[in-house]
Amino acid sequence: MKIALFATCIVDGMYPRAAQATVAVLERLGHEVVFPKGQACCGQMHVNSGYFKEAVPVVANHVRAFESEDYDVAVAPSGSCVASVKHQHPMVARRAGDAGLEERATAVGKKTYELSELLVDVLGVTDPAGQLGSYFPHTVTYHPSCHGMRLLKLGDRQAGLLRGVEGLELLDLPEADQCCGFGGTFSVKNADVSSAMLADKTANIRSTGASVCAGGDYSCLMHIGGGLSRQESGVATLHLAEILASTEAEPVAVPGPAGQTVKVVVK
Amino acid sequence: MSRTALGMPGLRPGSGNLFAEEKFPSAARRELGNSQLRRNLKHATSTIRTKRLNVTGELPDWEELRDAGSALKTSVMARLPELLEAFEANVTARGGTVHWARDADEANRIIHELVKAEGVDEVVKVKSMATQEIGMNEYLEEHGIAAYETDLAELIVQLDHDKPSHILVPAIHKNRTEVRDIFLKEMPGVDPHLTDEPRRLAMAARAHLRAKFLTAKVAISGANFGIADSGTLSVVESEGNGRMCLTLPETLITVMGIEKLLPTFSDLEVFLQLLPRSSTGERMNPYTSLWTGVTEGDGPSTFHVILLDNGRTNALADEMGRSALHCIRCSACINVCPVYERTGGHAYGSTYPGPIGAILSPLMTGVEAEENGSLPYASSLCGACYDACPVKINIPDILVHLRGKDVDAHRGGLPSQLDVGLKAASWALSDGRRLGAVEKLLPLGRAAAGKDKKIKKLPGIAAGWTQSRDIPAPPSQSFRDWWAKEHKES
Repeated sequence: MKIALFATCIVDGMYPRAAQATVAVLERLGHEVVFPKGQACCGQMHVNSGYFKEAVPVVANHVRAFESEDYDVAVAPSGSCVASVKHQHPMVARRAGDAGLEERATAVGKKTYELSELLVDVLGVTDPAGQLGSYFPHTVTYHPSCHGMRLLKLGDRQAGLLRGVEGLELLDLPEADQCCGFGGTFSVKNADVSSAMLADKTANIRSTGASVCAGGDYSCLMHIGGGLSRQESGVATLHLAEILASTEAEPVAVPGPAGQTVKVVVK
Repeated sequence: MSRTALGMPGLRPGSGNLFAEEKFPSAARRELGNSQLRRNLKHATSTIRTKRLNVTGELPDWEELRDAGSALKTSVMARLPELLEAFEANVTARGGTVHWARDADEANRIIHELVKAEGVDEVVKVKSMATQEIGMNEYLEEHGIAAYETDLAELIVQLDHDKPSHILVPAIHKNRTEVRDIFLKEMPGVDPHLTDEPRRLAMAARAHLRAKFLTAKVAISGANFGIADSGTLSVVESEGNGRMCLTLPETLITVMGIEKLLPTFSDLEVFLQLLPRSSTGERMNPYTSLWTGVTEGDGPSTFHVILLDNGRTNALADEMGRSALHCIRCSACINVCPVYERTGGHAYGSTYPGPIGAILSPLMTGVEAEENGSLPYASSLCGACYDACPVKINIPDILVHLRGKDVDAHRGGLPSQLDVGLKAASWALSDGRRLGAVEKLLPLGRAAAGKDKKIKKLPGIAAGWTQSRDIPAPPSQSFRDWWAKEHKES
């Protein structure tokens, strides 16, 4: 299968290792990965902040980029950005009165999958240890990000994949379904409420005793990781893709609390 | 409806309590400082959440019920003028009188005239959001009429000269020790040895209220539902105080928002399943009262219903926002909201707090009015409210829509830091090459990081981030650059 990678802007610029790991996992399964060069961002930050006018060119660019390449499906290591591509892009085009863009955005959205959705539903990954050689001998707790959980209804897909990683001990996160308080510009516009939500999330994470908090969205992980780092908690954050890409021969190092050091091995 | 100009706090154009009084972030900061409030809220909302999940989970057709509720309300909004006129005709035919109130002021004037005509200076009240919304108690008090709340929690709030902070559990911000103290201080003739045992507190309230029920000539209620094809009204409650108010006094005045209509009696089947399960987490509420006009020798001999607009037609005119009018005031969204759980209801200013309030208040009175423009931002868009809503109001989408209205209302003015930032970001993020160029500058941010490769302090609005979170030093190259090198592209 030919798979187009939507890296998402935050992973592209700040957490490239999650996109590298996504490539590694997909290639290990024998698929061809392409990276449409024109891609930039899903525009969610603009939409969710009420800047619909400014979101239009961002959406149009995404649609253009993912029309420019020939591929079977597109994938992103983010539930939130995929939900934006699927749900917000047609809405932004409709609000702008651009029926043509709406139709094209809907078509791109239909071909776009969140990583765990693609792995489980399309590529039939049921046994990461066996099929991908996934090996990660650490205690891990898992935060299900809101948009993946509620907008994409990912259910048990991400946690299920983590449970199938050899050596990984998955520890239940209390109040897992509670938002971490990120919410994009919410985290600066309502910084106090956001920080109060984060304090409860990090306390729950620390109560598990896990050395790593895993998730499927680097936006939420940046927020949670930023809190864990400020608290000098010693708990690291890692993306699901990075854990799946880790093997016994070439293990992914558990990064420091701010996520600054990691050795990523591709292929 | 007229709108308040920005910068003129306190000038209320007749719309009652539908405004944020200060910007949400600053109100929230103050409320967050109250650790007792946060403990009370955490305990109360998590208890009710669990109860709700138990009783909604046991119904195999819960999702179908939600769809039915949503479809019925959509149809009501599409046919509202016709249904309202049918309702008026049926109430009138059964001996009731229908009044139409454009806004809070008009509703209050009508109520006052009706009470005055009965020659009384006190009335008993059934818990009602509509009368809270219009500030009826305060209006009547100014005109020499005492309105006694008979719902236990409303009574607590009233005795404490406080404001409700939740639409279903108005005194959710008080624990039982605080309630005991309020009763000791404010309840005439209360036992000075009153303990904070819930049963004792309820008994004290019951003794206090009994006299009011038996002497009041006029009762005022809201309505959960109005049935267009029969003129029937319904109040759904837990304590029985509502039943007393609706049946004992000679005159009953009901204030009902125009969106409360259902087309036919059999539509109650759907909503009497949705409402109690979503609201108190019960399969069925203890008291459901239904009445149609007046019946000789049974219940009030005089019945008035006031149909209240007060901004509802503004909401109806907003194609993206009108489904907010589907709300049946169950408070499920409030109980699951992580923002509400931490700030409580007072931070929202309006009678309607939480996620539904953050959309209803600006839809009804305008995003430009008072500090309403800050309400749609009082959400991380986690979506828990949408999942919990029994009539599937897509609150996150409406929040975002209203943010768009707020942003557009401020275009052309002095740009904020966020305006400048997001406009620049729109340019950079709408082209892969431009984003690539920006990403090449990111490693410069490594200089801002300390030895531990953490950035701990950012300037401007980003300081809100670093108040509780670090940012890792940016990587030495972007994914885009890594990919290009790997694939020998330029």
